[in-house]
Amino acid sequence: MNRPAITANARGLVACHVCGLVSRPAAALPMRCPRCDAPLHDRIPRSLSRTWAFLVAAMMLYLPANLLPIMHVTQLGRLRSDTILSGTEYLLAHGMWPLALIVFVASVLIPLAKIAILVVLLLSVQLHAQARPMDRLRLYRFTEFVGRWSMVDVFVVTVLVALVHLGQVAEIEAGLGAAFFAGVVVLTMLAAKTFDPRLIWDNVSYDVEPNAN
Amino acid sequence: MADALPHHHDLIACHECDLLQRLPVDQGRGRVRCRRCGCVLHHQGRDVVSTPLALGFTALVLFVLSNVYPLMDFGLQGHRDSTYLLAGIRELYAQGMPVLASTVLFTTVIAPALHIGLLIYLYLPLSLGLRPPAFVAALRLTQAIIPWSMLEIFLLGVLVASVKLAEQATIVAGPAAWSLGLLVIVLAAAATQVHPHRLWDLVA
Repeated sequence: MNRPAITANARGLVACHVCGLVSRPAAALPMRCPRCDAPLHDRIPRSLSRTWAFLVAAMMLYLPANLLPIMHVTQLGRLRSDTILSGTEYLLAHGMWPLALIVFVASVLIPLAKIAILVVLLLSVQLHAQARPMDRLRLYRFTEFVGRWSMVDVFVVTVLVALVHLGQVAEIEAGLGAAFFAGVVVLTMLAAKTFDPRLIWDNVSYDVEPNAN
Repeated sequence: MADALPHHHDLIACHECDLLQRLPVDQGRGRVRCRRCGCVLHHQGRDVVSTPLALGFTALVLFVLSNVYPLMDFGLQGHRDSTYLLAGIRELYAQGMPVLASTVLFTTVIAPALHIGLLIYLYLPLSLGLRPPAFVAALRLTQAIIPWSMLEIFLLGVLVASVKLAEQATIVAGPAAWSLGLLVIVLAAAATQVHPHRLWDLVA
């Protein structure tokens, strides 16, 4: 049932990531697509080290992003500062639990899950893991698809800052935490983009995944 | 002579698992999926030029409306005012947060504008049977810019912000909120309509 997998790489062929043409690159470097002249890479160049770099940078920004306030609200002479977490608590305390859930998932769970998944994927490739490539690919697709939604808190701050400036009663200022948080989202997106999912399959020899037992 | 060229028009390598597969003979509409990992390899039989072009022009109109008209009307203790998409970004700059302001500007204005501009730049000449200048660069930029256009997430942010303020202020969605809602749908449709592999069959 399980034929050995024939990948483009195993046949010495490279697919162009712009026009899709599969070609046998000439020996001369740099390799270029014979049809559209885009540079050819069999895998994203230095995918693992670049993904690690973005990921470590994201981890470093993660702490200030969560500890520093994302906004300061001055209302009737009282100053309140909100972090990512206290913002969700505020929503919860005011009975807006569906929104609290969305914000908690987008701002707290997703960034953590994204970082954890990318670490697992990187390690699995570096340790030449062969198990469950399909599940690992699904994890990768999940991070790619869902990562952008963490930006929602940054946009909430943007809208609030614009709105409340208009009324004279309250004043809202963006906090540094929001900038760090945007940095985490951008860096994890870049990390997911530079990770090459084909690396997962390079250690796998079978063609079609056998059914799970 | 053509046989000597070292490439294979009938082969496709999966971009997610690199499995080498032969393209099936065209069977009308539908998607061709990777045999091993199931990702979409190829779209068949769909009109690959006029639909994206129509979506591009629709998006252009909605984008202009979204930036010209107020996003929300805001009433607080007798004050009434409106706010615009760009107002929040300007305010972030004013508060000394240039990096944050640039990130928001890029994801809610520049990236969507580039996406729309590139759709028209690519598909208008293609619909006339011409190959646009810098075709490869424009295709690559289109594919690269799409994930950074975050209007749908911005719209969720607008919703969360309104709910947060709803206790203290009266908030009414402005025309830009409606056009943004439509723009999000149009751009999402346009993003699924970019089939660079198919376009090459047209210009090659």
